[in-house]
Amino acid sequence: MENITQFTGALTINHYLFLSSVLFSIGVMGVLLRRNFIIIFMCVELMLNAVNILLAAFSRYNGNQSGQVFVFFIMVVAAAEVAVGLAILVMIFRNIRTTDINALKNLKW
Amino acid sequence: MEKFAWLIPALPLIGFLFSIFFGKKVSKTVVASVASIFVLIPFILTVAIFIPFISVAEAEAIRIPLLEWINIGKLTVNYSIQLDQLSLMMMLVITGVGFLIHVYSAGYMHDDDGFHRFFAYLNLFIFFMLVLVMGSNFLMLFIGWEGVGLCSYLLIGFWYKNMDYNKAANKAFIMNRIGDLGLLLGIFLIYLRFSSFEYSRIAYEAIDIAIGDPIITTITILLFIGAIGKSAQLPLFTWLPDAMAGPTPVSALIHAATMVTAGVYLIIRTNILFTLAPFTQEIIMFVGLATALFAATIGLKQNDIKKVLAYSTVSQLGYMFFALGLGAYTAAYFHLFTHAFFKALLFLGSGSVIHAMSGEQDLRKMGGLKKALPITHATFLIGTIAIAGLPPLAGFFSKDQILASAFAHHPVLWIMGVLGALMTAFYMFRLYYLAFHGSFRGTHEQEHHLHESPKTMTFPLVILAVMSVIAGFVNVPEVLGGGHWLDNFFTPLLAGTTLILEENVHAHLSHTVEYILMGSSVLAVLAVIFYARIRYKNNGHVPAEDSEPMSFLERLLSKKYYVDELYDSIVSNPVVKGAGLLYNYIEVNFIDRIVNGVGQLVVLSSRTARFMQTGNVGFYIFAMVIGALVILAANTFLH
Repeated sequence: MENITQFTGALTINHYLFLSSVLFSIGVMGVLLRRNFIIIFMCVELMLNAVNILLAAFSRYNGNQSGQVFVFFIMVVAAAEVAVGLAILVMIFRNIRTTDINALKNLKW
Repeated sequence: MEKFAWLIPALPLIGFLFSIFFGKKVSKTVVASVASIFVLIPFILTVAIFIPFISVAEAEAIRIPLLEWINIGKLTVNYSIQLDQLSLMMMLVITGVGFLIHVYSAGYMHDDDGFHRFFAYLNLFIFFMLVLVMGSNFLMLFIGWEGVGLCSYLLIGFWYKNMDYNKAANKAFIMNRIGDLGLLLGIFLIYLRFSSFEYSRIAYEAIDIAIGDPIITTITILLFIGAIGKSAQLPLFTWLPDAMAGPTPVSALIHAATMVTAGVYLIIRTNILFTLAPFTQEIIMFVGLATALFAATIGLKQNDIKKVLAYSTVSQLGYMFFALGLGAYTAAYFHLFTHAFFKALLFLGSGSVIHAMSGEQDLRKMGGLKKALPITHATFLIGTIAIAGLPPLAGFFSKDQILASAFAHHPVLWIMGVLGALMTAFYMFRLYYLAFHGSFRGTHEQEHHLHESPKTMTFPLVILAVMSVIAGFVNVPEVLGGGHWLDNFFTPLLAGTTLILEENVHAHLSHTVEYILMGSSVLAVLAVIFYARIRYKNNGHVPAEDSEPMSFLERLLSKKYYVDELYDSIVSNPVVKGAGLLYNYIEVNFIDRIVNGVGQLVVLSSRTARFMQTGNVGFYIFAMVIGALVILAANTFLH
């Protein structure tokens, strides 16, 4: 326990920034490159949580609690979004029998 | 009793709402009764206020604030009522004659599909007319002024399926607009000068203003322009003869007895301002005299029974303005008062004739109606004598007072006035002999159908005939043993004018002169009547058909001096043609193209742009990310 505290104490804001950016970029790239919509969905969650890390880190850095409160909001919204989003994805899958995002291209001119 | 004064305009308004919303659901009898009673009660209330009012010598005006209307900064305007000599006398005429005409209409309009609509409009008219005369400030007057104009429009175009009637209604409305603009500007200027719309305040401040003040002169000219439009004076009179397109009771109520006299009311109401502007008074005098003579000459050659009466109304209104221009405000009101009775009587009598003739209005098709229509004949004769100005009927006293004022001003004016009176006597007796004497000239069917009108129509005729006989006695001149009751009654109203002129405004002529004037005018009128009798009764002269050749003068008169044609060629046609040009060139070539071009541009560009919607979700996300990056980059680097 003591080790962890010591270790985290050595981390600067830059580390958190770096971690968050990497996670966010992985999310973006996942969304852009993958065609399985469940994966895309997970990547979106990854982006959301990358932001959460950033919020918590800056909250600590600035000594202001409101950032951490905001994280809870995002978590709640994300949970709700997952519930709805997954339900939609299941329904789509039942209809088109595939998880390929490129199969969904009926909404055009 | 004054605390019930608000009911006087309110009841006709309720009657209007009743007729317009429930009129179709209840029987015609109910509609007519409700409408008539809601005018009769205000009449009784007016009498109840009037009687205590006249028992006090030089009674003060009663002002009753009802509701706050506008209260911004220094400007405060209330809905408030002013009961004084002038407004009470006007209210008596409006509700009294109005009630009789409601009763008459119940018979006259009985077979009309728009029965309830007609009574609704009549009640609405009474409401606005009462607002006009009862208001204590210029804004109330303006509400009433516009309201009666609206009702006039609605009732002229009452038979809206006839295109000509609609055109007549439009003409009346548009011509009134010209006058109304003058009135509105006049009211604005009054506010600029006096910082108030209240009559009492204006009268109080005006006493200290010097005679001939340019602003006051401008104000009075603008107000007079308003009066010209509403009261059909030269050059805006042509709407009134056309307004005869409306049902006859409307002509009697609106276009003879009440609405057209609003201009006279306006000038008497602001008499102090007009007294301060002698220049305007001169204009009014000449316009009035010119209108009186001009319209009378046209009346000589008209063959439509209602057109004769219409030009006669214009002519008599001209007399009233003539009197106003001479500063004889009481004489003008007196003539308004008597004219309301005998002209309403004549119009209703002509309505009774038209009713009997199955809608025929041409005098050349009538004749010998005396036997078939005894009551109409008797009352019409009384009205004719009254307007011709034979003693002791009402028209004699009022016209005599105007002529006496004219003589006191200048003898030439008196001669012109008498000339107008002679023409009045001639065309009225021409009308009377053509319609009621000689042999019947219509079709057999019409002759067979001839009948006296129902009681609801003859009852108002009889009452109005009685009033036409006795109304003149309210202001019998001193030389005839009278007491100038109306002159004395109006003294408080004209107090400011009297104060400014530092003398009594009434004409002072020696008794001998007055006797000579009266005697000579009455003799001349009698001679003219005698001439008309020989020409149209004994010789059986009937006006020629329109197609037959006429002398230049006759054609000029029967074509009404081509005034309508003149207005058409200098105003209507250029406007219509100009609008056509604007349409054909500017509208079609420029405005339409711009508007259509915008539409086509949107269609074309969106036709191309819609291909961006591929339906590919991956592409959308890619576009979104690129967009987010662009915004980020813009935020980072562009600061």
